[in-house]
Amino acid sequence: MSMLNLTYEVDGDDFTRAGEASSAVKKRLRSLGIPPEAIRKVAIALYEGEINMVIHANGGTIDVAVDPDKITMTLKDTGKGIADIKKAMQEGYSTAPDEVRNLGFGAGMGLPNMKKYSDHMEIDSTVGVGTTVYMEVYL
Amino acid sequence: MTVRDVIRILDAKVICGDESLFDVEVSDACGSDMMSDVLAFVKNQAVLLTGLVNVQVIRTADMMDMVCIVFVRGKMPDEDMIAVAKRKDMVLLATPHRMYTACGLLWQNGLKGEHKDA
Repeated sequence: MSMLNLTYEVDGDDFTRAGEASSAVKKRLRSLGIPPEAIRKVAIALYEGEINMVIHANGGTIDVAVDPDKITMTLKDTGKGIADIKKAMQEGYSTAPDEVRNLGFGAGMGLPNMKKYSDHMEIDSTVGVGTTVYMEVYL
Repeated sequence: MTVRDVIRILDAKVICGDESLFDVEVSDACGSDMMSDVLAFVKNQAVLLTGLVNVQVIRTADMMDMVCIVFVRGKMPDEDMIAVAKRKDMVLLATPHRMYTACGLLWQNGLKGEHKDA
């Protein structure tokens, strides 16, 4: 059992609310006295993941587990899934619609940024079923 | 350079932000309309210059621990954005300058950061 478990439902219909969960997690981690560098890595990785959930999967669930040695993030959605994960991991590759680009995202940096800021990442995705992303940041 | 200097150099209007935040030292800045690009490079930037106006700009700056956002070409955020920025203790500024000019003015006045990777 982890020291702390946080769960958030991400609303897929409202882009303006995307990031609220990441912001709440950041605040909680700060109150726990987690080192700022680790908090920033968690916040950015989670925020990109949350944005992805809203853009591509009509929302989902975020679980964050805090342990003495690591923070584990699990982002689960029941969206359309990722057909080619290797391609999706390439910087600049994006399937996001144009209106998302007008909002400052959809440049194909989401998954690469998530990989960059997490110390370990795994993607489990099935087309038509959904995607689960696991990320760990070591403390 | 302080936030107060940024306000002066950019002829900026203060949209929100407590005056106590104006004395915060800033050592680096980032100019972009693409938030994922901002998130891609952590370098302790304290100032974000952007022509993009939506609440994700505030959230991006929050994730990066930035203290000040400058909206270029006189663009103005709406009430919802201002409310979020206030909760995060952020200073929002509007400058009449264009992005290129605003970045150039700050650089010229010493806001150069480390730029070891530039």
